[in-house]
Amino acid sequence: MKILVLISNVPDTTTKIRFTGDNKAFDTSGVQWIINPWDELALTRALELKEAGGVEKITIANVGTNATEPTLRKALAVGADDAIRIDAEAKDAFFVASQLAQVAKDYDLILAGIESSDYNGAGVGGMLAAMLDIHSVSAVSGVSLENGELKVQRDIDGGNQSLSVPTPLLAVVQKGIAKDPRIPAMRGIMMARSKPLNVVPPADVEARTEFLGYELPEPKAACKMVDEDNAKELIRLLHEEAKVL
Amino acid sequence: MSVLVYTENWEGKFKKLSYELSSFAYAIAKEMGSSVTALSIGHVADDELKSLGKYGVSKVLNVQDNRFESLDNKAVADAIAKAVASENAKVVILAHNNEGKAFAPRLSVKLNAGMVTGVIGLPVSVEPFVVKKKVFTQKAFARIQIKTDVKVLTFAQNSFDVVENPVDTAVEAFDPQIGDGEFTTKVLDTHKITGKILLSDAEIVVSGGRGMKGPENWGGLEEMGDLLGAGMACSRPVSDDGWRPKEEHVGQTGKIIAPNLYLAFGISGAIQHVAGVSSSKYIVAVNKDPEAPIFESADYGIVGDVFKVIPQLNEAIKEMKS
Repeated sequence: MKILVLISNVPDTTTKIRFTGDNKAFDTSGVQWIINPWDELALTRALELKEAGGVEKITIANVGTNATEPTLRKALAVGADDAIRIDAEAKDAFFVASQLAQVAKDYDLILAGIESSDYNGAGVGGMLAAMLDIHSVSAVSGVSLENGELKVQRDIDGGNQSLSVPTPLLAVVQKGIAKDPRIPAMRGIMMARSKPLNVVPPADVEARTEFLGYELPEPKAACKMVDEDNAKELIRLLHEEAKVL
Repeated sequence: MSVLVYTENWEGKFKKLSYELSSFAYAIAKEMGSSVTALSIGHVADDELKSLGKYGVSKVLNVQDNRFESLDNKAVADAIAKAVASENAKVVILAHNNEGKAFAPRLSVKLNAGMVTGVIGLPVSVEPFVVKKKVFTQKAFARIQIKTDVKVLTFAQNSFDVVENPVDTAVEAFDPQIGDGEFTTKVLDTHKITGKILLSDAEIVVSGGRGMKGPENWGGLEEMGDLLGAGMACSRPVSDDGWRPKEEHVGQTGKIIAPNLYLAFGISGAIQHVAGVSSSKYIVAVNKDPEAPIFESADYGIVGDVFKVIPQLNEAIKEMKS
């Protein structure tokens, strides 16, 4: 079995979000970049499956400029076998999925994180599956291999289900797929330097949406404090002032 | 031409979410000079289907076909696409939840439609078609234009009021004609709570964190949940340590919820937790640490011992109800 893990390069979750040029673009100055947290969990699960046997190779794929390479090297350092970078600035989910469709054809299992933590699009995985005309399962919280067969766990309203789905499969994964991401060891970092990172030219595709501009939320009003010994007052406020009870 | 809305049900009853989506669809249709058609898949009684008319839905396409129970992503997306074609819909609206996120991306490819997910509130304009959504995990808003003729949106729950706009409603049986071969997802086993309030659909949510000190101390919160008809939630460490079921975890990597009222007990409010609840209309925090970051996001707060505060609150709720 060959696994492809889609990797998005995103600002660290604690980044202070600012915009430049009349709020038209995200200000990347001073930003630390990381593997999108859900993609990182997807990669972790792929590595676990490989260690358990039955997986020949794990490839990672990203759409981005060469600025994303440190993030891809980190993914190689924790154990991915090779990487593909499609050399283009990501424009929207349709654009990214169209680029990935060029390189995603020969895998049995494709893992995509549920969304990226920057644009929160939640679109690339499902779009790619539709473009490749393969099966997809979303809200996946577990993937396992039993005698070469894929078993998938997914979250549904109020619970979860286990499924069998034929390959090739694209699984859109979320919490539960793996517990803790791996931290690259020195040996892994050394080895990652010589692993293949193939750069592919982008396909000529038009985005279908355009980001026109950004806003930051209004600063929140100060929290109204109620005394510990007079907690009942809180219920009165919620009932009479906020009118939510 | 119409606006098509995919309305989900829970145990045969429409979710509150479906009425919200219908209200939202009606407002868009009005601006575009068109009408709303709903697509319902599953066993929903006729009276319930007709109830969508109260929120501006003029036509309901009713699919009753057990094969769709497996929520096969491809088959459902294809079925929605068939409904879009038969209604000549220009805007297609799904919820920004498990189902919407599973079907909308496939659907958008099938329809050659541009898609924006997690849309909040009405479009900024319909010509050009510009919508708003939250980006950077709730830290900012973006305005996005969709440039295609057909548009697919997933709509962020609780960002539009449920509004009554009664219209006459026709219910029609609809067969999207999906062949057996299209259904490839086989359900082996289902674990599901029934008869309980769905966390994602709850208007009030009661939530506990590490400050609750152990799973044996949840009695007071459960009582509060019962009194308020609230959904139950928890922070990540609480679900990771198995104090509470993982379905209850809200936060960046858990469920993202937007109730009218979110009550957080013994939750410090790490940025990842707040990302999952910051769209709530009101946040209440009770924590013994006055420096806890949760107070920066909260509207009302109590600095104090959760075990002293919870019984007082439950008493006050009982008094209010009586």
